[in-house]
Amino acid sequence: MKEFTLIFRLKDIADFKPSPEQMQERMNWLAGIAAQNKLVDKGNTLLPGIGSAKTVKPDHIVTDGPYTEIKEFIVGYIIIKSETIDEAVEIAKGNPIFKIGGNIEIREVLKRD
Amino acid sequence: MTENQQSHKELLPHLFRQEYAKMTAVLCRHFGLKHVEIAEDIVSDTFLKASENWAINGIPKNPTAWLYTVAKNKTKDYFKHIVVFETQIKEVIKPNEFDIEQDFEFSSQNIADSQLAMIFAVCSPSNSTESQICLALQILCSFSVEEIANAFLTKPETIKKRLQRARTNLRNDSFQIKILNEKETKLRLNSVLKTLYLLFNEGYFSKTNNQLIRQELCSEAVRLTLMLTENNFTNTPQTNALLALMCFQSSRLEARTNDQGEAVLFDEQNKNLWDKTLIEKGNYYLVNACNGNEISKYHLEAGIAYWHTTPTDQDKWQHILQLYNQLILIEYSPITALNRTFAYAKVYGHNNAIHEAEKLKLEESNYYHKLLGYLYVDIDINKAIFHYTQAIGLTKSKIEKQSLSKEIERISEKNNSR
Repeated sequence: MKEFTLIFRLKDIADFKPSPEQMQERMNWLAGIAAQNKLVDKGNTLLPGIGSAKTVKPDHIVTDGPYTEIKEFIVGYIIIKSETIDEAVEIAKGNPIFKIGGNIEIREVLKRD
Repeated sequence: MTENQQSHKELLPHLFRQEYAKMTAVLCRHFGLKHVEIAEDIVSDTFLKASENWAINGIPKNPTAWLYTVAKNKTKDYFKHIVVFETQIKEVIKPNEFDIEQDFEFSSQNIADSQLAMIFAVCSPSNSTESQICLALQILCSFSVEEIANAFLTKPETIKKRLQRARTNLRNDSFQIKILNEKETKLRLNSVLKTLYLLFNEGYFSKTNNQLIRQELCSEAVRLTLMLTENNFTNTPQTNALLALMCFQSSRLEARTNDQGEAVLFDEQNKNLWDKTLIEKGNYYLVNACNGNEISKYHLEAGIAYWHTTPTDQDKWQHILQLYNQLILIEYSPITALNRTFAYAKVYGHNNAIHEAEKLKLEESNYYHKLLGYLYVDIDINKAIFHYTQAIGLTKSKIEKQSLSKEIERISEKNNSR
């Protein structure tokens, strides 16, 4: 089994706070992965708001948030395990984030030890 | 019938069940864990003396007090013997080893404290949980080796070996049984709760069909957990959540099997057989469990059991599904995964649930096929029969084979009459 990190991105900060229905859908999806015993880490939410997000650049230039130059921002991640990246893609497809224009990046984890 | 007329042959087994563990715990706390066998010998001797004495002289007015007095005297005798022994063969036993107060009482406080300490001693992480359960049954619940073997559907020799190993570990454990302090109880409480949880489940989902054994396992687990709620150190939200879970589950124990010993599906259970008093107790402990922010798996399982006993709420299955979602995130188990899918079916329909179920890939589990069989009944009868047949092949329980065959017959008939 390989491990893959699923990185969630949104385009509109207004979508960050989910409705109860969205929460429920998301939870169903996440628990569905756990039910297949394929959830390695349920991950965390990464807060994008002012005061919670800053970026440090060369010459120690600090900007607010991640979104001065890019149009989308990371909102969270989870780690799953599967035999192939294609299987991980299939799992990702069930996430409700696509309904609000978000996307998921899938990256195989290479463990440092 | 008064106690005096009652035959001692009827009374003694009852007293044995009730008092053996208490007396052993008190003595063991007195002697220290290393000498658990001495404590057990003294208590066994006491019961032997009772059976001889009562057969001739009749049952004393207060049988329990009689037992306590005899046990106390036997302990004093034992100490006298040790003192002689010590002065004669000093090298063998270090003088300090028996440097204990000779006086003790079988007071209710001492019994409660000793039993609590014993629970913590028995649930030693140095033993496997299976061994812990065996040990708990023997030392805390006065079960015989045969009774334990029956409950586990194992040979008595296997249990005997398991117990021997467990006892060796117990003696070598540095655990201090004398004073139960906050630090040590906190460290060990999780494994104590886990053992009690498994003890209860052993009864509730037992492999044996003997209803009596099952009920006894469950009620012993409840008794021991109840003891934990009576001590400040151990009366935690988790403990209360576990006790709430046990109360809710126990309330349905009667309704879960029919007269033939077959499992009755939840929807078909006679709700009048549910024990209302136990449900109320469950509610009480669940409220206690919600002190603080902690959400353990016991909280979630108690929550699920709570919703199961509330048949009227229209969002019931939605609540249950959400609790299962949280539960599976805390700890994966195939049974939780399958139960979650059942709840999913209740909320989102059988078609969607089949999709969820088939992703679980638990082809080796009879429950997996039973669930798929159930989900397919109105959608694809051939697949339903296929999965029910798979389940029959996988289950070891005769009764389950029978009820699954009956179900296949029922749906085939229904199909033919269409």
